[in-house]
Amino acid sequence: MFAYIVRRVLFALPILIGVNFITFALFFMANTPDDMARAQLGAKQTTPAMIQSWKIDHGYDKPLFFNAESPGLAKVQETLFVQESMKLFAFDFGQSDSGRQITADIYERMWPSLAIALPTFVIGLVTNIALALLIVLFRGSTLDTATMMVAVAIMSISGLFYIIAGQVLFSKVWHWVPISGYTEGWEGFKFLILPIFIGVFSGIGAGMRWYRSIFLEEMNKDYIRTARAKGLSDIKVLFGHVLQNGMLPILTGVVVVIPTLFMGSLIMESFFGIPGLGSYTLDAINAQDFGIVKAMVFLGSVLYIIGLILTDISYTLFDPRVKLA
Amino acid sequence: MSFVWLWTDLMVWSLLFVILAGIRSIKNSEQARKQWRSIFESRVAMASMVILTFYFVFALLGSVHVQLTSNGENTSEKRQGVYSVLDLSLIHLIEQTERTYSAPFATHEYSTSLNFDENGQVSQSYLVLKHGGQHLTNGASIWLDVLVKTGLPLLVTLGIMALLLMVHAYFRFKAFALRSINDKANKMPWKTAYISFFSLLFLFIWFYYMSHFYHVLGTDKVGQDVLLQSIKSIRTGVLIGLLTTLVMLPLALILGISAGYFKGWVDDVIQYLYTTLNSIPGVLLIAAAVLVMQVIITNNSDWFGSTEERADLRLLFLIFILGLTSWTGLCRLLRAETLKISQVEYVSAAKAFGLGPFKIIKNHILPNLMHLVLIALVLDFSGLVLAEAVLSYVGVGVDPTTASWGNMINQARLEMAREPMVWWSLFSAFVFMFTLVLAANLFSDRVQTVLDPRRVN
Repeated sequence: MFAYIVRRVLFALPILIGVNFITFALFFMANTPDDMARAQLGAKQTTPAMIQSWKIDHGYDKPLFFNAESPGLAKVQETLFVQESMKLFAFDFGQSDSGRQITADIYERMWPSLAIALPTFVIGLVTNIALALLIVLFRGSTLDTATMMVAVAIMSISGLFYIIAGQVLFSKVWHWVPISGYTEGWEGFKFLILPIFIGVFSGIGAGMRWYRSIFLEEMNKDYIRTARAKGLSDIKVLFGHVLQNGMLPILTGVVVVIPTLFMGSLIMESFFGIPGLGSYTLDAINAQDFGIVKAMVFLGSVLYIIGLILTDISYTLFDPRVKLA
Repeated sequence: MSFVWLWTDLMVWSLLFVILAGIRSIKNSEQARKQWRSIFESRVAMASMVILTFYFVFALLGSVHVQLTSNGENTSEKRQGVYSVLDLSLIHLIEQTERTYSAPFATHEYSTSLNFDENGQVSQSYLVLKHGGQHLTNGASIWLDVLVKTGLPLLVTLGIMALLLMVHAYFRFKAFALRSINDKANKMPWKTAYISFFSLLFLFIWFYYMSHFYHVLGTDKVGQDVLLQSIKSIRTGVLIGLLTTLVMLPLALILGISAGYFKGWVDDVIQYLYTTLNSIPGVLLIAAAVLVMQVIITNNSDWFGSTEERADLRLLFLIFILGLTSWTGLCRLLRAETLKISQVEYVSAAKAFGLGPFKIIKNHILPNLMHLVLIALVLDFSGLVLAEAVLSYVGVGVDPTTASWGNMINQARLEMAREPMVWWSLFSAFVFMFTLVLAANLFSDRVQTVLDPRRVN
């Protein structure tokens, strides 16, 4: 198991380097070191010499990918790409355009994001699975068809609609919860209810259909017929067999998501004024702050890869046939 | 007047040819014909297809652009610049702008404004609209007027339907006469098709007719008709949904099949490629790419002739970016399926006969992947339409000057705090989007049920 994890982490390195390469290429297509120097030096007359000295001061005078002047391995090492990537691997994201430390900002803003994303995820998962199990009990009936039609309708409505309609109904018309905002601790609970509820509700359509199809597929297998034939009740079959065996496909889709919960949701956080990583990213996008976008891309990839590894590990917990070597 | 072909126009029309070619090849193959017939045997699928076709026709109409130059007779109206055929057929809506917000079917503005009369008295009143409802004599009921005016659209729709029914009846009669007695009767749900077509056609004609007298869906902040915006947005939504697949498909097909068929280092490289792309959060990758594109566009503004061209190029870029970020899922599926298929006996037999890899892929592997491709395409469509709205909200979507549901929602969102609320812009955008996405979802469900052999019911 340990050897497996080590190998997976090592396999992740080339992927992260690839991610870095993509962001690096994108970044420098739009914003060359010369542009950066000009932006930093301000509007006053900039001479090529000033740009050159700024680049040397800030370490941007090296070639992009290949340094022909350096000897041996340094040919690759003494380049902008490697220098910039190495910083990312050490989780040193540098400064944003407004001069703040990105790494510190991320640590600070992670928690509000998590305060919304984690409950939404857990409640959503439980609700979806419970509803799907309930619907599987009534499979083939009119109730089943009707529920699935409602689920398709829920799926087809834009997420923005749920947020706007929710804010109007619950905050403007009924005054149940504040329209947006955030505070630390239990006080902040009233701000979180609405986004969590909307997050769960908008996911019900797709989630219920997805879990229902997993359970139905399991229902059609031979061992279920055997279980039914020997007299097990529908409920027992459902919870004892179907849920347990459906766990594997469920885990495939679910565990990957868990680490990325840290990233928060762009839309939710900006609508509800939550100072999390989602709104942080959105602000950065609107302000064209490449440093933050780059940091978030890297962080997202790392979390995704962690999610993949966790998925494999979770298989061994739920399915004894799976052995990682 | 001269035609202007924007890049996305060309792509849409070439897509139409691809679709027509696809229909032709379906007609030629017995099995495919059977499958598609069974798809359309579902009433839901039939109704959805009618809706989708309607949207697609609007997208096509919006994709023929003409350049109007002011010549003698038209100078007073100042119709200059690039218009689409759709714009020209709704030109009365473009010209009948109001000053600011007005509710659907309103005759007065939505909010009061201060005005001074001749005596210098200041009063606060709802100003009368310039165009909406101005044919009414004072005190006449709007609803009675609307009811009376419904007659004509109804008659026109019924006329068109009667014509259509006659043509269809002729063909069906001919087919019936030529059919041998053993053939099974065709079970197509024509009734559903006609009912849904009738409802859509009637709705459209009714809206079109009413729009000459009222702002049927109200006007927005600068007094533009919301109906016009919603209809123009159809093109953007449909284009993003359809053209992205056009970009994505070759990538997914070529890479997926080569990875599965050639295995070895080809497989390793391609797997590495899509795992890397996949690991970047989708919205962020799109956002980063769009940001770069924006910077490039601002730095090189001399590349583009007109604002239309710039907006169009931005739409094209967005489509390409969406395409480049969304091929990974399908690619992985195709790779796995190709791996499976290339182990089957008939492929080994073909290899033993000395067929080259390209012949084998073309004759034996590709046809067996088509159902996966189709399912993925119809599944992606609705997601992409919804994504457009979110991306426009995030600020990395289409150009702000392009009509799109995302832009409409984005602008209307700022008016949420207004009391009472300005709801019609949001409402229209969401209803137009919902109809399209629902139809696409229902249709894709049916396609999946029929084409996916593993799917249980």
